[in-house]
Amino acid sequence: MSRHTLSVLVEDKPGVLTRVAGLFARRAFNIHSLAVGPTEHAEISRITVVVDVEEHPLEQVTKQLNKLIHVIKIVELEPESSVHRELLLVKVRADATTRTGVLEVVEMFRARVVDVVPESVVIEATGPAAKLDSLLAALEPYGVREIVKSGTLAIGRGARSITDRAFERTVRSA
Amino acid sequence: MTGTPTPAQIAARAEARDQVRTELRSRTVGGRTEPEAAAPRVGPEAVTGAQSIVRSLEEVGVDTVFGIPGGAILPLYDPLMDSAKLRHILVRHEQGGGHAASGYAHATGRVGVTMATSGPGATNLVTPIADAHMDSIPLVAITGQVASSSIGTDAFQEADIVGITLPITKHNFLVTDPADIPRTIAEAFHIASTGRPGPVLVDISKSAMQARTTFSWPQELQLPGYHPVTKPHSKQIREAAKLLATAKRPVLYVGGGVIRSGAADLLRKLVDLSGAPVVTTLMARGAVPDSHPQHLGMPGMHGTVPAVAALQKADLVFALGARFDDRVTGKLSSFAPLASIIHADIDPAEIGKNREADVPIVGDLREVIGDLLPELAREHEAHGKPDVEGWWRQLDEWRRTYPRGFTQPEDGHLSPQHVIQRIGDLTGPNGIYVAGVGQHQMWAAQFISYERPNTWINSGGLGTMGYSVPAAMGAKVGMPDRTVWAIDGDGCFQMTNQELATCTINDIPIKVAVINNSSLGMVRQWQTLFYESRYSNTDLHTGHGTMRVPDFVKLADAYGCEGIRVERASDVDAAIKRANEIDDRPVVVDFTVSRDAMVWPMVAAGVSNDDIQYARGISPAWDRED
Repeated sequence: MSRHTLSVLVEDKPGVLTRVAGLFARRAFNIHSLAVGPTEHAEISRITVVVDVEEHPLEQVTKQLNKLIHVIKIVELEPESSVHRELLLVKVRADATTRTGVLEVVEMFRARVVDVVPESVVIEATGPAAKLDSLLAALEPYGVREIVKSGTLAIGRGARSITDRAFERTVRSA
Repeated sequence: MTGTPTPAQIAARAEARDQVRTELRSRTVGGRTEPEAAAPRVGPEAVTGAQSIVRSLEEVGVDTVFGIPGGAILPLYDPLMDSAKLRHILVRHEQGGGHAASGYAHATGRVGVTMATSGPGATNLVTPIADAHMDSIPLVAITGQVASSSIGTDAFQEADIVGITLPITKHNFLVTDPADIPRTIAEAFHIASTGRPGPVLVDISKSAMQARTTFSWPQELQLPGYHPVTKPHSKQIREAAKLLATAKRPVLYVGGGVIRSGAADLLRKLVDLSGAPVVTTLMARGAVPDSHPQHLGMPGMHGTVPAVAALQKADLVFALGARFDDRVTGKLSSFAPLASIIHADIDPAEIGKNREADVPIVGDLREVIGDLLPELAREHEAHGKPDVEGWWRQLDEWRRTYPRGFTQPEDGHLSPQHVIQRIGDLTGPNGIYVAGVGQHQMWAAQFISYERPNTWINSGGLGTMGYSVPAAMGAKVGMPDRTVWAIDGDGCFQMTNQELATCTINDIPIKVAVINNSSLGMVRQWQTLFYESRYSNTDLHTGHGTMRVPDFVKLADAYGCEGIRVERASDVDAAIKRANEIDDRPVVVDFTVSRDAMVWPMVAAGVSNDDIQYARGISPAWDRED
C-alpha cells in the first residue's frame, strides 16, 4: 500500500460529497482523510482525499471518479511538488505546575494556544502529518484530553493553478 | 511562467475563464439525436411545473412512457392526459414499467422512459434501474417526490430515491425548483444517451410540479464535468492495426458496446477485412450474424468450445465494447494467457479494470472501427495479409469436434433446447427474442441464430429474473411490426407475468414461451452438479405430473391471452406456428419440458476456461490438438 493525495475539483452541488465518498466505499477503496471546501471559483469546490492504495487500483479510483458527472478534474499531488498541511486542535491538561512545560512544547512546534482555563489549554497547530504526530507525542505526558484534526489539504507548488488547467481541459474536450 | 503576474495579466486570465464558462454554458440540447442541432425556439410559455415536465418530454422526442401514477406524481398525470405526443402505457407494477422502458430502449436504440410515484413506486424501480446500469441501457426514470417542505420528515410515501439510486444510476437529480425542470430533463436525456449509455433518474417534488413556472426550449446544458471521449487516439489505432495485421492467432472479442454504439455494420467490415475469428458475448449476440463463417459463437461460462478455446489459445485478443466480465473470463488469471490485449471501449474505466490492455483505445466504437479500417488496409498493403491459415485449421477442427448441440432427455419429456431452437427457426432472424434469466436464457442465446443487432434482449449483467415479459412488452411497443417472443422460464414468468394485463389491454401482442421445467432450473442444475443433487427449494410445481400451481394456460386465459400447452415434441412446431399467426392478443405457450436438461458447455464458476466441459464429464483434450 502507498499513500496518494488526490485533489478533486467538483461542481458545488448538493450531494456531491456523498457521491464521491460513496464511490470510494462501493469500490472498496479506503479513504485515509477527506477535506472539502470552496475554491476561487464560486461554482467549484475542491475535495482533497488521501487514500491508501497501490498504483493499479489508484488508476481505477481516478477513472471511476472521473465518471461522476459532477467531477470536473482530478489531480494527484505528489509530495515532492506540493505542500500538504493538516490542522490540529488539541486540549491538554495544564495546571500551574505543568503549564510552563506545555507552553515550551507549543513554542518549539510553533503552535498557538487559543483557549486557556486553570486546568487545561487548547492548542492549535498546522503542518504536515508527521509534525503534528510529533507534537502530540510531546504533549502526551501532560495528558491529552481531546483531539480534533482536519483532513489533509494540499496544493501544488509553483505558479500554476489546477483550476486554470481544469478550464483548459474542458475547452479541449467540449 | 514564474514571477508575479501583472494586474492586466490577471484580468486577461479571468476574462478568458469567463469566456470559457460562457462557452460551456451555451451548448444546447434540442433533440435526442442531435444535441447541437438548431431546433426552433419554443417559449417562454407560462405553465405549471407538471406541464413543464410534459412539454420537456415532448420536446426531447419521447413518444412512449411506461408508468403508474400515485400521490406525489398526480400533478404530472393531469397534463399528461392531454398530451398528443406522449403515449403513456399504464403498467401493473413499477418494475414492469422499468423493464418495459429498457426493452423499448434495447430494441429501438432510443432512450426508454418510465415514471413512478414517490416511496414504494420509486423503490420498485430500483431493480430495473440497476439492471439498466449493468447493461448500459439508456433509460430515464421520472419519479414524484413529496413536497419539498416535507422532504426529510419521513412524510407519507417518502423515500430518498436519489440516495438509494446513487450507486446504480449514471447520474441522478432531485428537482425542487420548477424553473430547473426543462434543463434537468434535457441533461438527463443527454447523459442517458451519450458516452456509455445508462439510466438517469429525475426525482421531482410534488411542490415543484404544482408551482407556476415558465417553459422554454431548447435548454442550455450545464454539465462542465461531462465530456465523453468518442474520438480515438490515432496512435493507438495505428498500434492496434499493426498488431491485428501481424497476429498469428487473433480473436475479435465483441461485447454489447458494439450494439449500443450502432457499430454492427462497421464491425462486419472489420471481421471481413481482418480474416480473424469473432466471438460475441451474451450482450452482443446479433452484433455479427451467426451465419458468418468466421463467427465461433458465444464465449464464457456457457459459450461454445471453439469460442472459449480460441480465446485461451489466442496470441491477440481484440476486445470491442466488452468488459472482461467474470462470466466470460472464468478464472481471470488464466484467461487468454498467451494473448496481447487491444481493448476499445467508450468508458475509460473499463480499460485495465480486469485485464491489463497492451493497446488501450478510448472512443465510440463507430469511430474506433471507422478509423481502424483504412489503417488496417494500409498495413495489409504494406506487409501483406497475415497468415492465419494454421489458426483456422485449428479452429475448424474444434468446430467439427465440438459443434453446438444437445442430447434428448432420458425421461421422454420435451427437450427445452429443441423448443427454443424451433422458435428461432420458425420465427426467423427478423423476430425479437427477449429472455429472462437462467437455463432458458442460455439456451436462447445458444440455439437461436441471430443475424442482426437489437434482436436479442436479455438481462446480462444483473441477471434479473422476471425481465422477459415486461421487456418484451417494451420491445413490441418500440418495434410493433416485429414478432416479439418472450422466452421465459416458469420461475421468471411468475415474477412479472402481471404485465400480460398491460399487453392485452393496450394491444401489445407479444408471444411468451414458458420453458416450464417446473423448477428454478439453473439453480437446480448447480444443485445437481455441486450440491449432490440435493434440491433445496427449487421445485415450483408447475410442470407435468404436478398440481400445476398456477396453471399457465388458465392464467393466460384469465389475462385475455391465448393459452396453449405443449407436452409432446410432435406438437411443438404447430404451436409455434399458431402463436406466430395470432396478432390480436398476446399468446402464452406453456412448454412443459424435462427438468433434467442442463446447459452445456459449462465452465464452473471460478474455474479456468481451460477446464470447460462440453457435456457432463466430457472435457476437450487440448494437448491432442496442440
